[in-house]
Amino acid sequence: MSNENVLLSIKDLHASVEEKNILKGLNLDIKPGEVHAIMGPNGAGKSTTGYVLSGRDGYEVDSGSATLDGQDLFDMDVEERARAGLFLAFQYPVEIPGVSNLEFLKVSVDSQREARGEEALTSAEFLKLAKEACKQVNLPVSFLKRGVNEGFSGGEKKRNEIMQMILLKPKLCILDETDSGLDIDAMQVVANGVNSQRDSERSFIVVTHYQRLLDYIKPDFVHVLADGKIVKSGDASLAKELEAQGYAWLQTEPTEDEIED
Amino acid sequence: MTEQIDKALAREYEAGFVSAVESETFEPGLDEDVIRRISEVKGEPEWMLEWRLKAFRVWQEMEEPDWAHLSYPKIDLQSVSYYSAPKSMKDKPKSLDEVDPELLRTYEKLGIPLVEQQMLAGIAVDAVFDSVSVVTTFREKLEEAGVIFCPISEAVHKYPDLIKKYIGSVVPTKDNYFAALNCAVFTDGSFVYIPKGTRCPMELSTYFRINEQNTGQFERTLIIADEGSHVSYLEGCTAPQRDENQLHAAVVELVALDNAEIKYSTVQNWYPGDEDGKGGIYNFVTKRGICHTNAKISWTQVETGSAVTWKYPSCVLKGDNSIGEFYSVALTRGRQQADTGTKMIHIGKNTKSTIISKGISAGKSNNSYRGLVRMNPGAEGARNFTQCDSLLIGDQCGAHTFPYVESRNPSAIVEHEATTSKVSDDQMFLCRQRGVDPEKAVSMIVNGFCKEVFKELPMEFAVEAGKLLEISLEGSVG
Ligand SMILES: Nc1ncnc2c1ncn2[C@@H]1O[C@H](COP(=O)(O)OP(=O)(O)O)[C@@H](O)[C@H]1O
Ligand SMILES: [Mg+2]
Repeated sequence: MSNENVLLSIKDLHASVEEKNILKGLNLDIKPGEVHAIMGPNGAGKSTTGYVLSGRDGYEVDSGSATLDGQDLFDMDVEERARAGLFLAFQYPVEIPGVSNLEFLKVSVDSQREARGEEALTSAEFLKLAKEACKQVNLPVSFLKRGVNEGFSGGEKKRNEIMQMILLKPKLCILDETDSGLDIDAMQVVANGVNSQRDSERSFIVVTHYQRLLDYIKPDFVHVLADGKIVKSGDASLAKELEAQGYAWLQTEPTEDEIED
Repeated sequence: MTEQIDKALAREYEAGFVSAVESETFEPGLDEDVIRRISEVKGEPEWMLEWRLKAFRVWQEMEEPDWAHLSYPKIDLQSVSYYSAPKSMKDKPKSLDEVDPELLRTYEKLGIPLVEQQMLAGIAVDAVFDSVSVVTTFREKLEEAGVIFCPISEAVHKYPDLIKKYIGSVVPTKDNYFAALNCAVFTDGSFVYIPKGTRCPMELSTYFRINEQNTGQFERTLIIADEGSHVSYLEGCTAPQRDENQLHAAVVELVALDNAEIKYSTVQNWYPGDEDGKGGIYNFVTKRGICHTNAKISWTQVETGSAVTWKYPSCVLKGDNSIGEFYSVALTRGRQQADTGTKMIHIGKNTKSTIISKGISAGKSNNSYRGLVRMNPGAEGARNFTQCDSLLIGDQCGAHTFPYVESRNPSAIVEHEATTSKVSDDQMFLCRQRGVDPEKAVSMIVNGFCKEVFKELPMEFAVEAGKLLEISLEGSVG
């Protein structure tokens, strides 16, 4: 496959955590503007994929490659990958007590702007953007003053992740089970947040267990990740099939050819 | 990750330069004769000399305390010089124009311009260089309000009644080893008197600089807030980077008469020594204030420097309804050691005290909180709230808390909360995944941890503390 017009290209990626092989030959190409859903059983390596791509300590790349916009991701530090446009919405967002959400957001945005040679926004300009983003994810503006995720409910934490995504304007967003634990209203808020950011440039990897999120965020492709590699790919209808049948039927099928499609 | 944090914290000590100033420095050594000579160069009256000599005799009977969670080679006090002053200060310059430009440059380099036009409008500064005060700015303006702000060496001459009445009244000579030593050999420091019912029109501040090698700095500060008055006072300090340890043993006494309020803030940034613990200031300081009826004293300290810190700014809540507060951030890294905290002595009825202590330990450092809350039998309805939080960075450092509570009044309420946390990999990863570099991430996390204390600092000092720990965007949400 040519690299032309591919935003993210993962080739035969093998990765391990604490000496244990988790990813075992992962291949995935994502073009600008595409939304890819990744589904699959617990422990398949979905979160690991996000961590390996974003460079978390302890997640070792054994072989294979991954490029973002043609740049070798594995050659960059965590923050450099972020500045290159990679965003990971966490499955379990962590708290940073005492650091206000606004401060955290501004420092993040400033760091990325600085890396791109852009001037820092004034506090007033930024505050305006931040308030708009709050509104988009249906969080009261008072959340800007609170410590990062400090005392937030599960749903508030997830909406906060989407708010960060909206402000950072990444090229590739990886959402790791952002819908887990959300009621239908909260899930809709998250989906609307994502949909508002969809355009012909920005791409998404949406990790989810549930078909229902994909009713709101319509994926271009659905992949099933099992035991460290993609065992089946298809369009949105695959998600429905999975919902009905589970994953077990997939694991015995030969899949190499389908991936190479 | 720890490696990155260490790098982040291994900021250069920017105040580590030495000024090329010719000084008159006493030969090292300590005996009665040295004390007489200090008194003589200061042209002190007889009573002051007598007071010093008495203290010296008391001190000779005392022993260096060893109860703190600190370990350091004892200082040979005979190898220390007890007086050093720039030669140019000998003729007592009458105005800034007469002050050695090299001295002015030193302060400018430290970010404290002493030329009034360049200064932050709202702050008057007393600049103490080794053993003498170089300049005290905005004195006329303060005099208009009846406020006295001058070097304590000058106050001894000009306001002997106030000095006689209050010096040693809060920290008695025999209080402790280092305080007694200070009484004998103190050289300079600031004196403040705020008249009845007066709100001091400016922030007052003293900036202490050690420059000369092998000297000790023994400053002494006395602040008297007369009835119903109010003052906010700031203190900063730095020293050159040297391989030898240097001793700093200060005494600060605060007197808040009925209905008065004193806010005392410190940003302590003495040279901390290098990564391996070579050099650095030994900081042994006694700070205490007394509150009369309805008075309030608030101590805020940001301690980032010194090889060894031994410091317990305290409040004696003598008057009914008086209030004592202690807000502290102590950051240790490398091989730094800090044993710091406070004493709140509740004597009057309905007295209240609040203690918020934030200890941050990194590298191979040791950071201890030591606090005493005492409720005397007469302290009906007194209350204390203590919150003691420790943040660990890496796994080679130590954090300890030693809270002592002595309650002799059953109606008094003492509350204590303590937490220990770590800068976690998860927090670091979140910040970095958002594009923040690790250095910035650490300082942001640490700043967040210190927030409750930083908000107590006066604006101008918050900026300085922020530079030390790199604050950004503090309080920008309306
Ligand atoms: N930090 C870790 N330490 C040890 N094992 C891990 C770690 N992270 C993930 N794993 C293991 O890797 C496998 C894949 O985990 P994960 O990527 O979280 O799966 P998924 O997100 O698909 O449920 C699991 O077996 C999990 O136990
Ligand atoms: Mg997962």
